[in-house]
Amino acid sequence: MHNFDYHAPKTLDSALALLRDKEDGKIIAGGMTLLPTLKQRLAAPSDLIDLAALSEMKGVRRDGNGIVIGAMTTHAEVAANGDVQSLIPALSHLAGVIGDPAVRHRGTIGGSVANADPAADYPAAVVGLNATIVTNKRKIAADDFFVSLFETALERDEIITSVRFPIPERAGYEKFRHPASGYAVVGVMVAKFGDKVRVGVTGAAGSAFRASDFEAALEKNFSSEVLLGIAVSPDDLLSDIHCTNEYRAHLVNVMARRAIAAA
Amino acid sequence: MGQFGIGQPLRRKEDPRLLQGRGQYTDDMNVEGQFWGAFLRSPHAHADILSVDLEAARAAPGVKAVYTSADLDADGVPDMPCEVELADLAGAPMWKPMRPILARNRVRFVGECVALVVAQTQAQAREAAELIEINWSPRPSVADAQEALKPGAPLLWPELGQNVPVHWQNKPSTEADAAMAGAAWRVDVNIVNNRLVPAPMEPKAALASWDEQEGKLTLWAPTQGGRKIQANLAKRYLRIAQDKMRVISLDVGGGFGMRGQTYPEYVALVWAAKQIGGAVKWRADRTETFFSDYHGRDQVNEAQMGLDEYGRIVALKIHTLVNLGAYMAENGPRMPIEGGGRIIPCCYHVPHFYFSVKPVFTNTVSTDTYRGAGRPEANFLMERLMDAAAEATGLTRDEVRRRNFITEFPYKTPMGYVIDSGDFARGMDDAMRMAEWDTFEERRAEAYSRGYLRGIGVAAFIEAAGGRAPTEDMRVRAELDGSVTIFSGSHSHGQGHDTVFSQLVNEFLGVEPASVRLVQGDTDVTPRGSIGTFGSRSSMMGGAGIKMSCEKLVAKGVKVAAHLMQSEPDAVTFSQGVFRAGASEMSFTQVAQAAWDATRIPEGMTPGLDEGHNFQREAENFPNGCHVCEVEIDPETGIAEIVRYVAVDDCGAVLNPLIVHGQVYGGVAQGLGQAMIENALYDAEGQFVSATYMDYGMPRAHRMPFIEVGFNTVACRTNPLGVKGAGEAGACGAPPAFIGALVDALRDYGVTHMDMPATPEKIWRAIYGAQFDTQESDGIYAEVT
Repeated sequence: MHNFDYHAPKTLDSALALLRDKEDGKIIAGGMTLLPTLKQRLAAPSDLIDLAALSEMKGVRRDGNGIVIGAMTTHAEVAANGDVQSLIPALSHLAGVIGDPAVRHRGTIGGSVANADPAADYPAAVVGLNATIVTNKRKIAADDFFVSLFETALERDEIITSVRFPIPERAGYEKFRHPASGYAVVGVMVAKFGDKVRVGVTGAAGSAFRASDFEAALEKNFSSEVLLGIAVSPDDLLSDIHCTNEYRAHLVNVMARRAIAAA
Repeated sequence: MGQFGIGQPLRRKEDPRLLQGRGQYTDDMNVEGQFWGAFLRSPHAHADILSVDLEAARAAPGVKAVYTSADLDADGVPDMPCEVELADLAGAPMWKPMRPILARNRVRFVGECVALVVAQTQAQAREAAELIEINWSPRPSVADAQEALKPGAPLLWPELGQNVPVHWQNKPSTEADAAMAGAAWRVDVNIVNNRLVPAPMEPKAALASWDEQEGKLTLWAPTQGGRKIQANLAKRYLRIAQDKMRVISLDVGGGFGMRGQTYPEYVALVWAAKQIGGAVKWRADRTETFFSDYHGRDQVNEAQMGLDEYGRIVALKIHTLVNLGAYMAENGPRMPIEGGGRIIPCCYHVPHFYFSVKPVFTNTVSTDTYRGAGRPEANFLMERLMDAAAEATGLTRDEVRRRNFITEFPYKTPMGYVIDSGDFARGMDDAMRMAEWDTFEERRAEAYSRGYLRGIGVAAFIEAAGGRAPTEDMRVRAELDGSVTIFSGSHSHGQGHDTVFSQLVNEFLGVEPASVRLVQGDTDVTPRGSIGTFGSRSSMMGGAGIKMSCEKLVAKGVKVAAHLMQSEPDAVTFSQGVFRAGASEMSFTQVAQAAWDATRIPEGMTPGLDEGHNFQREAENFPNGCHVCEVEIDPETGIAEIVRYVAVDDCGAVLNPLIVHGQVYGGVAQGLGQAMIENALYDAEGQFVSATYMDYGMPRAHRMPFIEVGFNTVACRTNPLGVKGAGEAGACGAPPAFIGALVDALRDYGVTHMDMPATPEKIWRAIYGAQFDTQESDGIYAEVT
């Protein structure tokens, strides 16, 4: 690990001030990706700004027809939350299958979403459930948030404060889990809101995306059978040491069908 | 057998200490005023070092010294040799390169040590290492053994003119060719046996401390027994008397065969400690552990087997490539030839056997011993051949094995080793019965009705245990307080010696296990002839050494007891911890205490019950067994789940069934790891791309199937305890049992073999056929949650 200065601001304003002032400051919101990167000396930020002390950004609350999850809420807290379990069980399930117990007790939803790892689970929920990313500056729609590999719409001095999930009529999440890392080789969130259906896919491409062919078919008939004939093009999907884009394309279809069955 | 003696499932004495975090590992040791070392390692698979600028590193805060090969050369420190001697059929010896401790002018694999920085803190040492400026000139590289054979492949050692240092053959192929030509059936099997990372939980670590006053160097490091490393470091590298070097191995977090070697880091660190006249500590990080610990396996096997009309083997020809890496590790080329060669062709009688091995240099870290060390590869190959033979002849898989099992013992193998005992057919029968093989087709049909594919596999295997060194030195001392201390040449790094050796002392002396203390892993204290633990040898070597030492103790105790009870030694008996002479009796403890008192023992006798024995073995032993694995495949994803696993082992006399079960579980886990998810992967540029636990699929406890263990005990005839090793059997049985089951499940899709790791993508492609343009990736298994 390279040397850095560590800050644990007590308020969002002081965190933002640090972020603006420090030449090469980096926010840490759990650190499940950042810490290994630091330990491998692959990153050398001048300052670490830890959001752990921002209690205002922790916790889950009902908000009309939605659930608002503070950015510093851990995966384990989301998985165990009664409101999430009863209103969006698919989201609780998703949070409960992220990584391993240590990761789930340290990693946070804000950290995961801001990091935009292509194989992280939460992006499927953000896209599939049509979440709103709330920052210190604005509200960002799910469809506008993920830009590409590890890249989001967040600006340099912008911090996610919470993520708001509308409550679907039905939703399911299914994941093909990497045995070493626990990341999603492919993860699919399918959600039904009245006559609208959203399908969020993570793990398969550079960033989470919506499977719009699936959505159109499911809006006509919300059943897994309708997806059987709809092939996913492997063209823009990832090929890496773990598997090929063709296999990922196939898995998107399988996971989507199983997510519907679980919804 | 008593309450704590041989055969009892005594719970591990060492567990409370280890599980409560009271273990003492090398990294727990510190010496006042110690410095820290950090290695600069090659980022290139193959490159020339045009220039090195150490100025900035030397000027960095806290830096005491920066060393490169120039410093070692100036002090005359020699390079590292390979200890294996091989020759081709014409008698020409194998060409052997030497490995510089720190790279000299050229690097040949990613992770090779280039420089050592010594600084006041670990952070300072690492910071400074990054300040070393090297002008690299990259060269073309090759990581794959088959690629390295092709014309125009980059040469690791241009002076050799090729990447193959010897073509070893057991004999000309003439006889095997002739027998093969007359065979009624011929089957071919081609296998890539995947490269594995040993991945011990405890990384390599060292604390090297030079005592100027004593002129003595102490090295704390995790080893499998430090005597050989002590001798190497003292005599070859430091050029001091062997007794002026002390190697201490405290608790060790996993051995697996990769701890016995004198790694270049240790040489550099002890040399640096002597240079600065102080102590230098070092601990590898996980990435270093992944790409600098010697790897295992990495063979390519092409084999042809001929059978007569009755399904009996008439000839076998094997061509093996073994990927050595860039240099030859201490045992590197030995893996297929002696490691696997001790058992090949495994459980079967083969009248005409031809074996050809080409070791191959590549731009990768060296391969060396790893749990099984050549035997898992040999057994996997033979079992794939036997399944192919069943397919070709139409015999069932068990019948073709039964017709070819070795049944007469002692049996001399084509390679000249003598298997003393075994009952392979009974082991297979037991395993198949336990696994309910007879009713498998019902389960297959039931799974099919749910949309799943089921398969079952059987794998017979044989092992060779005892290691190369034929001796082990043990000492047993009865203490004044009634306890007994074992000074052990064998070295436990997870095997549970504390428990099992205590049971032996209990068996032979009647002392309770709680009163037995194990002393090991310190070359100043353990017996001079100590060797260590590898090749599943400690039950036989250490165990027999304890038995013999105890017999000497009893023999002397009889004399002391006779003297005290005023009897003749001939009239004294000893059993279950009590000396008896007529109506008199004395406990072992009473006699042992008296024995230390010069006034209470016969005149001229040396006080004390303190006896050692350097056990010389008659032969290695040959553990064997049969595993049955049943899998169920989800055809949509290609995920294979193990639904049943049976392991029947013949490890001779069982000293502690709990410990043996643990060895079987661990070995099976490592075998299934290789078969299902593990793959040490270099990319086309020679970068090691599976260097973290995020990418390398370590088997985990929650993914392991329940393993039903049975014993098919046939006592070994060539050692005093009748034991056979148990440590490596699981890793031999699991890969062929799993792959056999998988192929059986996929038989309707024309699948006859699948290379390891058998990932879901490979399985899925096997089911969905050749409808794709691209090949599968080298990928890693995944699971649905």
